[in-house]
Amino acid sequence: MSELRSADGFGRYGDEFYERLVGAHQGLSERQSGVLNARLILLLANQIGDRTILAQALAAARASVSPAPEAVRE
Amino acid sequence: MGSYTYQHFPYRTPDELASARRARRPVAIVGAGPVGLSAAIDLAQQGVPCVVLDDNDSVSDGSRAICWAKRTLEIFDRLGVAERMIAKGVTWRVGRIYHGDRELYQFDLLPEGGHKMPAFINLQQYYVEQYLVERAGEFPELIELRWKNRVTAVENLDEGVRITVRTPDGEYPLECDWLIAADGARSSVRAMRGHRFAGQTFEDKFLIVDVRMEATYPSDRRFWFQPSFDPGESVLIHRQPDNVFRIDIQLGRDADPAVERDAARAMQRVRRVVGPQVPCELEWCSVYTFRCARMARFIDGHVIFAGDAAHVVSPFGARGGNGGIQDVDNLCWKLARVLRDEAPARLLASYEIERGRAADENITNSRRTTAFMSPGSTVERQFRDAVLELAADFPFARGLVNSGRLSQPCDYAGLPGIGPEVLNGAMKAGRPCSDAPVIRPDGTPGWLLEQLGAVPCALVFVEDEAQAARAEADGADCGIRGLNVITVGARATRATGLSDPQGLVRSRYGGAAGVTYLIRPDQHVLARWPHCDPRAWRTAWDAYGRYDEGRASP
Repeated sequence: MSELRSADGFGRYGDEFYERLVGAHQGLSERQSGVLNARLILLLANQIGDRTILAQALAAARASVSPAPEAVRE
Repeated sequence: MGSYTYQHFPYRTPDELASARRARRPVAIVGAGPVGLSAAIDLAQQGVPCVVLDDNDSVSDGSRAICWAKRTLEIFDRLGVAERMIAKGVTWRVGRIYHGDRELYQFDLLPEGGHKMPAFINLQQYYVEQYLVERAGEFPELIELRWKNRVTAVENLDEGVRITVRTPDGEYPLECDWLIAADGARSSVRAMRGHRFAGQTFEDKFLIVDVRMEATYPSDRRFWFQPSFDPGESVLIHRQPDNVFRIDIQLGRDADPAVERDAARAMQRVRRVVGPQVPCELEWCSVYTFRCARMARFIDGHVIFAGDAAHVVSPFGARGGNGGIQDVDNLCWKLARVLRDEAPARLLASYEIERGRAADENITNSRRTTAFMSPGSTVERQFRDAVLELAADFPFARGLVNSGRLSQPCDYAGLPGIGPEVLNGAMKAGRPCSDAPVIRPDGTPGWLLEQLGAVPCALVFVEDEAQAARAEADGADCGIRGLNVITVGARATRATGLSDPQGLVRSRYGGAAGVTYLIRPDQHVLARWPHCDPRAWRTAWDAYGRYDEGRASP
């Protein structure tokens, strides 16, 4: 059964990736940044393409923000 | 009254003014900071005389560079000052990162044993400079320290440099074959030569305070993002000797330096950090912004720039002072060879290329740390805060938390003249040699790095007496001037060989019998081979010595 990775998957390139991620937003308005993030998430989610992992990632991301809405709970 | 008593070094009327003597010098060094003094000692140890010119007459005002990394300590050990620094300094290797009140994680900079030098010591720059001045004093024939000598003009000649020096007794001209500009971030030599210092300035202001107090704080480096006890963005605490603590508080972009610099206000903030009860005394405080910048080239005719004069970074990776000492390590053996006519002057281009890579690495790391610490836009802050929040539960996010990527020596792999490289394993050509415990020929314990450096070395792994004897004989005939052949085996095979009873040299170097490393005087691997073939050593050494930038690694 697949499980969301919590260990480092970046290897030596974590700092480089982070710089590129933030750099991709350079010069954008907040609304444009929101659009960029939405597209990026969809691209990466499709790359992952694993139903279980994506559900775990959504739950983990939501957990520290606020409780999940009832309708989304399974 | 501070914890450190500053001595003032005596100014003496220079010979040029006292007796109109005009001797040309092989090397003049501008700046008696850690970089300039280390260069003087390194050159003196190789028999090269120099004069050091400093516009002041004392050591660093304030603690300034305090974190000295393992590789730098290894260089200081070669210069004969590390043991004293370690005895005085605060040794540490663990960093702790907090978000608010919660500890997110720790990192250990030297998780394995078997190294002479620790991961880091904290030691105020004034002690480092004092010990270097005293060490320089052990070379009275070779090092002349000239205090209150300010360089006011620099002119490149065809084969050398002419400078003008101002003293309390008037001005004098001085000619030298090579001038090392180690006169710091605001280098006057750089300004006089009209060089650009391009880079990036960060907007955040930092309050930097040294306080003396009786505290039971650990020696660990402790860093808080968004601490609960202070409204600042981040707080960093380092322990120094004499019960002095360095506290860096990130004030944000809008802070007014003139207001924040006030001692009473600084102490209010210190009180929030250390608590209201602990007796503590302010030693020094200042408000800084930081920049990352470098010169495009470090060599201008016969003027060579080193340390902060050539490149600067923000302090959160301890990459400024350490980078400068590593510049010296790279430069001085090459300069000594050029001055002895053992290599063409273009060998010095390797200094510029290798240390240029180091400067770029340091700047990249420093830029990324600064960006993480002071996010500019809303989305940047969202990502940064998301990393901090995820880090509590997800180890991957801890890897992205960036409070400083602490100084690592530069790897020169793949740069011109480095190699050949045909082996697997970590000790690749271009890397600084790893230390390991050894038993010396006289049967006493020592360290591998104590045996390497100063001259070119061939480190040959042997199985028996016959191999050791052959390596020594072949090495003596191979034609590399001053080559030191060092054999390593499980047991000492000859009066000159090292033994490796713990096997750490062999495991760190992949030291099967026959494996040979050719090691530069700065303890970096130049090339390595699976078999002992002294003709190959000569080829690699000569190729590096001729230094042709256009030539790819063999």
